[in-house]
Parts: sequence; C-alpha cells; structure tokens
Amino acid sequence: MTVHAGIDIGSRTIKLVLLEDGRISKTAVTDATYDPIAVCRDLLADVDCRAITATGYGRRLFSRGRSCNVVSEIKAVAQGARFLSAGCRAVLDVGGQDTKVVTLDSRGKLDKFLMNDRCAAGTGRFLEVMAGALSYTYEQFTAAALSATQAEKLNSMCAVFAESEVISLVAQGASREGIALGIHESVATRTLSLMKGLTLSDTIMFAGGGASNPCLRRQIEAGLGRELYVPENPRVVAALGAALCNGEKEKQNGRRQFDAASDQIVRVGGWRA
Amino acid sequence: MAEDYTRMWTDLGLDLKAHDALLGVLGPLYEKTFMQQTDRPEGMKYFDFVMSEVHGLRIKELMDAKAAGRKVFGSFCVFVPEELILAVDGILVGLCAGAEFAPDEAEKLLPRNTCALIKGAFGFAVARVCPYLAAADVVVGENTCDGKKKSYEIFRDLVNDLYVMDLPQVKSEAGRELLRHECKRFAARVEEVSGRTIEVDALKKAIDTVNAKRSAMHRLAKLRAAEPAPISGLDALLANQVFFYDDPERFTKSVNAICDELESRTKKGEGVAQKGTPRILVSGCPMAVPNWKLPSIIESSGAVIVGEESCVGERGTRHLTGVEGNSVDALMDNIVDRYFKIDCAVFTPNPSRLDHIREMARDYKADGVIQYSIQFCSPYQIESGPVERALERDGIPVLRVDTDYSQQDSEQIRTRVEAFVERLQD
Ligand code: SF4
Ligand code: SF4
Repeated sequence: MTVHAGIDIGSRTIKLVLLEDGRISKTAVTDATYDPIAVCRDLLADVDCRAITATGYGRRLFSRGRSCNVVSEIKAVAQGARFLSAGCRAVLDVGGQDTKVVTLDSRGKLDKFLMNDRCAAGTGRFLEVMAGALSYTYEQFTAAALSATQAEKLNSMCAVFAESEVISLVAQGASREGIALGIHESVATRTLSLMKGLTLSDTIMFAGGGASNPCLRRQIEAGLGRELYVPENPRVVAALGAALCNGEKEKQNGRRQFDAASDQIVRVGGWRA
Repeated sequence: MAEDYTRMWTDLGLDLKAHDALLGVLGPLYEKTFMQQTDRPEGMKYFDFVMSEVHGLRIKELMDAKAAGRKVFGSFCVFVPEELILAVDGILVGLCAGAEFAPDEAEKLLPRNTCALIKGAFGFAVARVCPYLAAADVVVGENTCDGKKKSYEIFRDLVNDLYVMDLPQVKSEAGRELLRHECKRFAARVEEVSGRTIEVDALKKAIDTVNAKRSAMHRLAKLRAAEPAPISGLDALLANQVFFYDDPERFTKSVNAICDELESRTKKGEGVAQKGTPRILVSGCPMAVPNWKLPSIIESSGAVIVGEESCVGERGTRHLTGVEGNSVDALMDNIVDRYFKIDCAVFTPNPSRLDHIREMARDYKADGVIQYSIQFCSPYQIESGPVERALERDGIPVLRVDTDYSQQDSEQIRTRVEAFVERLQD
C-alpha cells in the first residue's frame, strides 16, 4: 500500500488529500489561522506517507527543511481536475485570495492559464468581506442573494470602495438581499471577463471554495449560458492534484538519475546532483 | 568602500542622505540577486567590480574626463546615436531608472498611472541621487511613447540641459527622412556642445568602437544557444545593462573575455543549469539597473533565460552601423539606416519585432517566451496580445507578465512563472 499526500496551503484554508494506491483515502479542510505551518503539522501528525507535495500560497514556507515536492496551484488544480473528470479541458478556480482559469490540452497537460490581478477583487475573500459589511454570515449572505428578486448594482470592485458603497446603499434603504445579489453579480462579471481571456472547451470544472457558493455558480452559469461541472468536494481539487504530482516527480527523478548515468558531466546550478 | 567619494557626490549636488539610503538598498540587493548564483563565469568578477563602483570609480572617470574638457551625454533610449557623441570625444551614459525612488515626489509631478520607468527617472532626479544624471552636461530625451514625450516637458526643469530628439513612428520614407533630419540636428548640437566638428576619421573610429561592443554582445548571445546554457540570464542581463554606462573599449574587452571562458565551458559540455532545464526568452520592455525582479524569479523557478528581446538586450544591440563611405554624409546615412531598423513598439505597425522574437526563440532554442510589460506602457502592453497569439499559433508557449518596480506582487508572479515552467516541462 502506497500513500501519497497532497497539501494545499491557501491564504484562508489548508486542504489535505491522501491517495492510497491511486484512490482518495482521506480529505481534510481546516482554517489556515495565523500559523499555517503548525496547522499543517497537526494535519499530518499521524499520516504515514511515501511522498508529499505541497501547493498553494504557503508551499515554499512549508517545504523549507523538509523532504517535500512543490508544485504551483495552477498545475495542481489542472492535475486534480483531470483525475476527477477524464475529459476535462478547462478549470475555473475561485479561491480565497485569487481566481484562476486554466486550460488543459488534449493529453490532459497544463496549457494556458490566467489569474486575477494583485488585489482581492473578485475572489472569495471579497465575498467574505462584503458578507461582513452586510452583517451576514457567509451562508446567510448567499441564501439572501439567492432569494433576491432584483440586484442592486455595485460600481466598485475594490474591496475597500465596495464596502463603503454597500454602506451607502444600505443608508439609502436598498434591500439587503438585493445588495447581496449585486455583490455576487459583480464577482461573477469579473470572473466571466477573466474567463473570456482564454478559449474554453464545453466542459468546465468549477473548483475552489467559490464553487460551493450556489449563487455565484448560478450567476456565472447564466453568464456563460451553460452549466459548470462542480465536483463533490471542490475545495480539495488542488490538494488532490498535488498528491497526484508525487508520482510524476518520482518518474522525473528516475529520469534524472538516468541522465546522470548516460552523460559524463551533468552540472546543476545551485543544487548540484 | 575603497575610496571616499563623499566629496565628489557633494560637488555633484547629490543629497547625501538619500544617496546613502539608495546605496544601502542596492548593495544587498545585488548580493542577494547575483552573488548567490553558482558556477558563475570568472569573468563576471569584472561586472561585480563595476557594480560595486557604479557610483564611485565610474563617476570619478566621468568627472576626470569632464575636467579634461570632454562632454557627458545622458539618454533614456537606444535611439540616441552613440557614434555621433564618440566622434567628438564625448561620452554617452544610459540613465537607468530601473527602481522606484521617492515615488511620492515623482507623483507630485506625474499622474499615478505613468509607467514605472518614467516615474523612476523622475524620482531619481527629484531626490538628487543619480550621479550620472548630475554629471551629464546634456540629457537627451526623445519623442517615443506618449509617456516619455510628455514627461520631458516637465523633466526639463529637473536637469542641467535637456535636448529632445524627434522620432518617427512609422517606417516610411517620410519617417526615414525625419530620422535623418533629427540625426543631423543632433550632430550639430553635439558639435556645438563639444566645440568640435565631426570629422570622417573620428566618426569612422566611433562607429568601429560602438560596433565592437555590439559585436561582443552578439558573440555572447550566440554562446547562450548552447545546451546546457553556459551563463545565467541574470549575468547576461547585467552585461547588457552595464553596456550603457561603461567605457566602451573596456566593456568590449571584458565581454570578450567572458565569451572566451564560455566557449571553453561549452566545449566541455558544462553550463550553469542542468541539461534539460527549460529555456526561456524574455521579451518586452527594457529592464534597467537594478530591475532584476522578473529574471531572478524565473531563474529561481527552475528555468534559465537564454535571451532578452529588449532594448537592454538584443533589440538595442542587434544591428551594426555600416562603415562604408568616405564622407560624414555617407556615414550619417549608415547611422540613419541602422537606427531606423530598431523595432521599438512605438512604431506602427511593427511586424519586424515579431519576426525577431521568432528568430531568437529558434536560434537560442527557447522552450517558451515570457513577455514582460511595465504597467501603463501602452506600446508594449498592446503589442503583447497579438505577439502572444502569433507565437502560440507557432507552438511557442507564452506567458505575459505585467508588473512594476514594487516587490508586492513577487509571489503572485512566482506562482505564474512556476506554472509556466511546469507547462514547459510537461
Ligand atoms: S523601448 Fe522604445 S522608447 Fe524604450 S528605450 Fe527602447 S527604443 Fe527607446
Ligand atoms: S516602458 Fe513603455 S511607457 Fe515606459 S518609457 Fe518605455 S515605452 Fe514608454
């Protein structure tokens, strides 16, 4: 029995996936807190695995002083999506801190990708902040948005400006539900415009925390005019992809040794083999 | 520091406190970026030395030259013909503007959405921390992008003497005529400032000197086609950056010495990166000292840079100036021909740039191209779309990176670059 682990250290949450002989045997999602590395340590406390690959925002920090592979969350989400859906050629991932769109080629390899700009506009974090501005919990916030009949239009996509816009809309007597829907709509619009930057195939997987938001999903689907495929546990797609990358790294390392044997001189800048 | 240059800096009117702050950042940044690389060519020691003396010895040389009656010209663009300046025994230095300095001061004079390069130039000037700018008898501006040409109207008050060259935007006969006219007008100015006339022999010799330094860069560029790459992209970029302010003859010799070394490395099959390391061509806006952010991210993400399609790179150095002709007029024609070929994105349309990127990708065996644009630089940002689509159609993977001089987005850029490198490895 071979266990491979993938850990996705995001800005908001940490996700763990264990693969046992190529099958998912465990998944976990926890808050990142102020000390994500300690959270990782706890998560892995009784995990006995052959190899681990880290991805996400904290991958480098985590890998320091540990025998662990790292992979970008872009490649990880592509790998994970492909595993869950063999024909998948495109993934939309709305995470806590960034939104990305990734395409895969016909062989399932990572092709093009786009990410949102440096600010939090259009990401999960933006939605959370706005829920707070309306004194909703996140669940109440999406439920309210779903129940609204008409959306209040939000002009600003900057989290700071949007918050004051929300406050002034409330002061003008706009309906809270309508504002909640307006906020979802503006995130959907932003996401759709990012998606327009790439040529996307028919089946698009929706991954990341954002995929569990039914209102956001509905708005994006409406904008696209087609359905998105949301896997059972959309948050762990990148962690799953990272776990899958372990096998690949082993293959690559094998190849590397082979190279070293066949060429007399193989010099490695920095990490002399 | 070997010598105390405080007196010289004071005489140049620098703000010593701010200048110390700048050096205090530059030194460690250089250490971190360059000195931790492994397997660097021995010859890079020269560039380490040049960098350690960038505000010291080289400035002293300029001051000594000035004391001997030579004139110093500063420029921000590769369209300023160095040959004409050398022909009157003048010195041309590139003014770098590769870092953010005193951005608040710069933003008092410029809108916030001005490109980082222009803002950087203003910051350095207002804060009085650039000894090159202070040493320049004449600063040569040029009408290229809107950002620069409008900014020079304001920049005029910040420097000793600003001269602005007009430049064409279309590669037509009329465009060439304009460039010819502007080269002549500039030659007259150079003569006036130096009190000398441009003679045939001196101009010929000047052309040879500049060609020699360009040829040395061509030699370096070709050597980088070897697999494994014999020199890091960072070190090669540094050579391209120092190209702009070192003594030309000494520079040529130093680059050739590195090339000798790289030749023997390549023969032995040695390099700075493991065989099979993804090879990247960087294309786009110029990267002036100390703008090493993107290259250092790329080369610490498991890839090696094998060429720069940039003005601080091959766009600036690729063409030689013809030496045929026995009159100043004939040589001037050669100069016009040479500079008219530069495929800067301020030209419309600008198809030769795409051809050049393709050519470089092929010749240096690049696996992918990273297009670098400085935020708010319309010419290069707009061009990057069609260039990306054309290259991807050819099967050359492309990543676009739009950024500025701040470090805030380093991690986000790193994620994209790593993913791009993973794409190349797949
Ligand atoms: S990019 Fe254009 S404007 Fe800028 S230095 Fe090069 S030629 Fe000059
Ligand atoms: S980077 Fe672009 S906007 Fe900035 S000075 Fe150069 S051409 Fe102009």
